[in-house]
Amino acid sequence: MSTSARQALDRQATPWLFASALVTTAPHILHQAYWLNALAGLLMLRAFHLWRNDERLPGRWVLALLVLVGCSGIFMEFRTLLGRDAGVAMLVVFMAMKLLELKSKRDAVVVVVLGYFLLLTHYLYSQSIPTGAWLLFALWLVTATLIRLHGGPACTSSVTLRYAAILCLQAIPFMLVLYLLFPRISGPLWGLPSDAHAGMTGLSDTMSPGSISRLAQSADIAFRSHFTEAVPPKHKLYWRGPVMEDFDGMVWRPHDSRSGVATLENLSPPIHYEMTLEPNNQRWILALDAPVQLPENVSLDATLMATQRQPITERRRFQLAASLDYRFNRNEDPRTLRRNLALPQGINPQSRALAQRWRSIENRPESIIGQAQALFATEFTYTLHPPLLGENSIDEFLFQTRRGFCEHYAGAFVFLMRAAGIPARVVSGYQGGELNPLDDYLVVRQSDAHAWAEVWLEGQGWVRVDPTASVSPTRVETGIVDALPFGEPLPAIVQWRASWLRTLRYRWEALNNAWNQHILGYDPQRQRELLSRLGLPETDWRSLATLLGIICTLLVAAMAAWTLHRPPPIDPALRLWQKALGQLARRQVDCAAWETPMAVAQRVREQCPELAETFQNVVDAYLQVRYGKSNDNLKPLREAIARLR
Amino acid sequence: MMLKSKISVHSGSPQPFDQILQQAGQIIFGKSTEIRLAVACLLANGHLLIEDLPGMGKTTLAHALARLLGMEFSRIQFTSDLLPADITGVSIFERDRSEFRFLPGPIFAQLVLADEINRATPKTQSALLEAMEEGQVTVEGITRPLPRPFFVIATQNPAHQIGTFPLPESQLDRFLMRIALGYPDRTAERELLASGGRRSRADELHRLISPEALPAIQQEVAAIHAAAPLIDYVQALLDATRHNPAFQHGLSPRAGLALLSAARAWAWLDGREMVIPDDVQAVLPAVACHRLKAARTAGNAQIEDITQLIHSIAIP
Repeated sequence: MSTSARQALDRQATPWLFASALVTTAPHILHQAYWLNALAGLLMLRAFHLWRNDERLPGRWVLALLVLVGCSGIFMEFRTLLGRDAGVAMLVVFMAMKLLELKSKRDAVVVVVLGYFLLLTHYLYSQSIPTGAWLLFALWLVTATLIRLHGGPACTSSVTLRYAAILCLQAIPFMLVLYLLFPRISGPLWGLPSDAHAGMTGLSDTMSPGSISRLAQSADIAFRSHFTEAVPPKHKLYWRGPVMEDFDGMVWRPHDSRSGVATLENLSPPIHYEMTLEPNNQRWILALDAPVQLPENVSLDATLMATQRQPITERRRFQLAASLDYRFNRNEDPRTLRRNLALPQGINPQSRALAQRWRSIENRPESIIGQAQALFATEFTYTLHPPLLGENSIDEFLFQTRRGFCEHYAGAFVFLMRAAGIPARVVSGYQGGELNPLDDYLVVRQSDAHAWAEVWLEGQGWVRVDPTASVSPTRVETGIVDALPFGEPLPAIVQWRASWLRTLRYRWEALNNAWNQHILGYDPQRQRELLSRLGLPETDWRSLATLLGIICTLLVAAMAAWTLHRPPPIDPALRLWQKALGQLARRQVDCAAWETPMAVAQRVREQCPELAETFQNVVDAYLQVRYGKSNDNLKPLREAIARLR
Repeated sequence: MMLKSKISVHSGSPQPFDQILQQAGQIIFGKSTEIRLAVACLLANGHLLIEDLPGMGKTTLAHALARLLGMEFSRIQFTSDLLPADITGVSIFERDRSEFRFLPGPIFAQLVLADEINRATPKTQSALLEAMEEGQVTVEGITRPLPRPFFVIATQNPAHQIGTFPLPESQLDRFLMRIALGYPDRTAERELLASGGRRSRADELHRLISPEALPAIQQEVAAIHAAAPLIDYVQALLDATRHNPAFQHGLSPRAGLALLSAARAWAWLDGREMVIPDDVQAVLPAVACHRLKAARTAGNAQIEDITQLIHSIAIP
C-alpha cells in the first residue's frame, strides 16, 4: 500500500462514491430477492446518514458481523455462494457494506473498482439497448468518481464530468477494435454459470389445460423471421414445435422413441426465410410447417419437428425454407398409427359415445372431422380464462364448461378423432405473428403460442386441422388480439391499438431487432466473414490476437501523437474578438493583424463614428477578459458583440 | 493615440501623476509623450538616457521632474577631465579631529542629472554606471548606499559630435529607456518663445508627491498584471528582433524584462490594472532603440526599424 493510498478520504468526494455505488447496483434490483434489495438499500442509507451527520463509521466487529449475516442470508437463499445469482448478490451487498467503511482513499478506490466489476455483471442478465445505455452512463459516473478521487477538491463537478466524458469517448476506438477483432467464442458467453439460463419463458414439451393460455399472457418475443420474398398469409403461418402423441387423461406428451423417418412431398415451391430464435433452453427450432431445408446440425424427426442437439441458450440465427402445401408420411408406419389411436381407458365416456355415434352415422373421416368442427363452431367460447377441469376433463369441457383456449380445443378434438378411429395427434407451436412494417421482420411472441391437431387420412398422410379456427376464425386469420374479447389478460403491449403507440412499438422493436441482428449477432461466423472481406481469410485466435495488439498499439501511438502535436486551442475570447473584427470587415473597416484593439477602436472612431461607442465597449470587454486578471467571464464580451449587429 | 476607455481603474489613483505630467507639459511644450515616457521610466525603477542636441530642454525636463516629485536634485556636468572621485566623493583629512571625513559626491542625491555623459572618459562613465546598477558606492573600501529613490537622468549629445566618448552597448543597456526630445513643433515653439525662459518657471514648480511615497508606487506598478497572451506578445517581439535581418543582434532577456516593466508603468499611468499590447507598443521604441544595432548603418536602430518590427507581429 503506498502512502497516497493511506491518505484520508476527502469528505466532499463521498457523494460521488454513493452515486457510483447506486448506479452500478441499481439494475440488479429488478431480479434480486426483496430482502437483498432491502438489506443493500438500508446499508447504503445508513452510510449516507453517517456521512451527512459526520458521525463515526461502525467498527471492525460490526462490519464482520454484517458480512456474516449477509453471507449466510445469501447461502440460505441460493444454497451456494457461487454461481451467477449468488455471486452477484454477494457483490451488491459487499458494495453497500464498503460504503460503511469509507475511511481512506484506498477504500474509495475499492468502491470504484468494485463498481467497474459490477458493471460487467449486468451483461449476465441483459444485453438490451436500455442496459447498454444505463451501463454507459454508469461507466461515465464511475470514471468521474475516480477522477474526483485523484483530482482533489479543486475539481469542480462539471470539470470532472467533462473530463470523464472525454476519457470515455477516447475509449471508443479501442472498444470498436476489441469488439470487431477480439477472438469470438462460439457458445455461451464466458462459459456462463450453470444457473444463467434459468427462468426462460417458452413452449413446454408437455401440454395440459392451461399450459398454453399461461404462456399466451407473456409479451416476450419467441423469435423473429425475415422472409426473402413476400410474407405468406397469416393463416398459413404454423410454426411447428413438439408433437404430442401420448395422452394420460390430463397431460399430452411427445412419444419417446424417435424412430422412423418423415417423407415429404412438396406441392408448392419452397419459401426461404431467416429465423432469429430467442434462447428458450429447448432443443427445437420452431420451423415453419413444413420444413424442407434445414441448416447444419439441425435434423427432422419422424413427426416433422426440427431439433438441434444442444439446447438453445443464446440467440441463434437459422436459414430455413418451408413448403406451405405438402403431403407428409402418406405411408405412415402402422405402429405410429396405432399409437395415435390409443386412449386411456375408462375416462371421458360421453366424448367416446359422441365420437362413436358420429362414426356409426357416416364412416368417412372427412365427415367426422366436419362434425367435430361444426360442434366447436356452435356454443364454444375462446378465452384465456377457462374454468378448471376435473378427471374427465374432455367430457367436462365438451358438455359442461365449453370455454377454453387452443389447448382445450386441440386436446378435445384429438380425443374425439381417436375415439372415432381416426389417427390424430396434438401439435404445439406458434401461429401467426406480427409483421413490423419498419424492417419487414415478422415478430412472433409467446402470446402467439398455439396448439392444433393433425389427423392421418388414407392417401393424404397427416393433415393439419385447427379446431380453434372453428371456434374463433379470427384467431387464425388476424391474430390473438382480435380473437379474444376485451378484458382478457393479454399483455398490454400486444393490445395497443392506438396507431401512434403501435408505431412507437414497431420503432422500438425494429431498433431492438437491428441491435440483435447487427451488434449482438456478431458471432464467430460473422467475424470470419468480416476478416476475409478485409483480406485475412482463415484466421485463428493467435493471428487475431496479434492483429488486435498491433491495432491497439497503433491507436495508442496515434493518440499520443495527437496529444503531443495538436495545435493549441484558440482562446474563446480571441475567437469572439475575431468575430467582431469580421463584423468590422463587413463595414469596410479593415485592420492589420498588428493593430491593437485600442488602435482598432480608434480606426472605427474615424471611419464609422456611429459605431464608435458600441465598439469601444467591445474593446473594453475584450481587453478585460483577455488581458485582465483571472477574468474568464465571457458574457459582457458576448453581449457587447451582439449589440454590434 | 491615447484613448479614454472605461476599463477598470486600479485602487491607487494616479491622480498626482496626471498633474505631474500636465505641469511638466507646461514647461516643455508639445512633448507630452516624452514626458510620459520619462515618468514611466522613473516608475519602473529604471534610469533614463536622453539623447539630443544641446538646448532642446533636456536639463529643464530633469529639473522640472525633480521639483514636481520633491526629489533631492544634483547635477553633474560631465567633461573630459572629470574624475570618478568627482562623482562619488572623497575622504579628506580633518586636522582638528585627526581623522578622515568622507565628503559625498554629487551622486548622493535622489535625482541625479548626468549632463553630457558622453563627454567624460570611459573610466568616469563607468563609475556612474556602476553606481546606477548597484545602488551603492564604494570609496576607499567602504560601501555606502545611495539614497532611495535613486533616479539618474543622463543626457548625451549625438555620437557624431566632436569630443565625445560614445557609451559602449553594455553600458547603454543599464538605461531602461532612451528618448530624444527633438525640435518642438511650430505651435509649441511659438508658445515657448512667447512665454520667456523655461528654466525660471521650472524653479517655480512645487512638489506634488513626496519621494517617500514613490517606492510604494513603484511596487504597485511592478504588480500590474501581465496576462499570458501579453507575455506571448512580448516574447514574439523579442524573438522577432533576434531573427530580423534589420538588426545586428537581438534584444537580451534583460531587455525583455525592461520592456515588460516599462509597459507596466505605462499601463499604470493610464490607470489600468493590466498591461495591454498598446502599452508595449508605446514603450518599445524607447526601450529597444538604444539596445539594438541596425545592420545597415552600424548605428543604433531607428524608430522606423521598430515600427517595422511592430508591424510584423500579430497581436496574440
